[in-house]
Amino acid sequence: MKKMFIIILACCMVSELLAQTPQELVNKIKAKLEKVNDYTARGKLKTNVVFIKAPIASVKVYYKKPDKMKIVNENGISFIPKGSVNINLAKFLSAAGNYEIVDAGKEPVTGLRILKLLPTDENSDIVLSTLYIDEKAELIKKAKNTTRDNGTYELEMTYGKYATYGLPDKVIFSFNTKDYKLPKGVTFDYDDGSEQKPDDNLKNKKGKVEITYSEYLINKGVDDAIFK
Amino acid sequence: MISLLKIEIFKIFKKPRTYIAFAVISLIIILIQIALKFGGKEYVGLMMSGMGDSFEEIPTKIVLNGYLVCFIILNLLLIHIPILVALVAGDAIAGEANMGTLRLIASKPVSRIQLLIVKFTASVIYTLMLLIWVAFLALIVSIALFGVNWLGVPRELQFNVMESDDVLWRYALAFCFAAIGLICVAALAFMLSVFSDNSIGPIVVTVCVIIVFTILTQLQIPFYDETIKPYLFTTHMLGWKGFFYVKAVDGVTQKGSIENLSAILKSAAVLIGYTAVFLGIAFWYFKRKNILS
Repeated sequence: MKKMFIIILACCMVSELLAQTPQELVNKIKAKLEKVNDYTARGKLKTNVVFIKAPIASVKVYYKKPDKMKIVNENGISFIPKGSVNINLAKFLSAAGNYEIVDAGKEPVTGLRILKLLPTDENSDIVLSTLYIDEKAELIKKAKNTTRDNGTYELEMTYGKYATYGLPDKVIFSFNTKDYKLPKGVTFDYDDGSEQKPDDNLKNKKGKVEITYSEYLINKGVDDAIFK
Repeated sequence: MISLLKIEIFKIFKKPRTYIAFAVISLIIILIQIALKFGGKEYVGLMMSGMGDSFEEIPTKIVLNGYLVCFIILNLLLIHIPILVALVAGDAIAGEANMGTLRLIASKPVSRIQLLIVKFTASVIYTLMLLIWVAFLALIVSIALFGVNWLGVPRELQFNVMESDDVLWRYALAFCFAAIGLICVAALAFMLSVFSDNSIGPIVVTVCVIIVFTILTQLQIPFYDETIKPYLFTTHMLGWKGFFYVKAVDGVTQKGSIENLSAILKSAAVLIGYTAVFLGIAFWYFKRKNILS
């Protein structure tokens, strides 16, 4: 029995020693993301916000190293959460030495490694970033970002054939929404008996914007004029 | 009957005041279109002001398209068009009495009921022509000037968006509904016209009724909302907007959906009911009327 206990303890210690340090893990993810100099991606944008009823819009997303990103409507009206375009994990992670990494262990259900990144730069837009990382695949599955100006955002990523570049097939962006209200004298609403006002449970629900990417064109060059 | 109707239509379109309505409508619509063409950004800013804190600004050229411009025009105009309808419908019988020709017409070998049917039909034709003119200017010209894109409809607490190929049928139905509403107004003015020997009276009274009822419809006083408002025909005249209120699943607009079709049908039924009552009173009174002029 005593031997068995020692063996188990030894195994645990060895696995702990073999586990990647937070910095190593971040470096690996960073290296993966840095393979992408630019990309153009087509996607479908779905808005799920309590006061908006909108069809799924087609969008084109442009990215260029280090921090240029733009989401353009291909057709229709798309609702892009404020500040979302400026949140760029690749840029944030590449700022080596500009943040402290705190290991917060593993998420019990998913087993994802939790790392908290605290920027040392006082002017950084992101105040705190909590990353949920799939260690084996070296991919960020979830990120909670607290920003200086635009509240807290949550990003959930699903990966597919572009996982080698750290680019997701689907991103779900959760954010806090504010109340929408226009004066009745402007809208002259028709009272059709339907309840326009969301109930209190829905009122505090976070807004979600989902982008499902259909194709990426990676490292093919993106014109700077697009970002103007 | 047909020849009598042709004469009545000829009489309507011979009067200069008939064209005042077309001229006024054209002027207002063109002024709105010019204003939106050069200062639409501010209007879109106001429209989207509720979500400015949560979302990136949507380019004005996408939001401000022909469909939205038409919606804005109808939103502003469908309160005022009834006043122009009253100009003609209120004059239908009272105008004849005023000119001293009513007795002459009534002595023709047509019944009084037939005479009223013809007179009212002529007013309806005028109303529909006015509406078609509005539809042409507000929808077709706006599409030519601003192009088409998805339509975003701002509501007090919601923002409804529909795809561009999901809009035209809504406008077709909205204009049909507007026709029902305007015919109701025409019936009111026509009824008042039967009671009067001077066309100014029915026109002014109709205009006053529309103004007072519209104010009561827009006032947000719970006492009126629960007691008077559901019974005012002006409340139901806004039913055309119901075709632009959509259903959604998980926030995604359901193509071809209408949020509450039964409410729109109910409003249409109320308007038709009012029209029937106004015409019934007009027929009942005119049959017994002692025509002296």
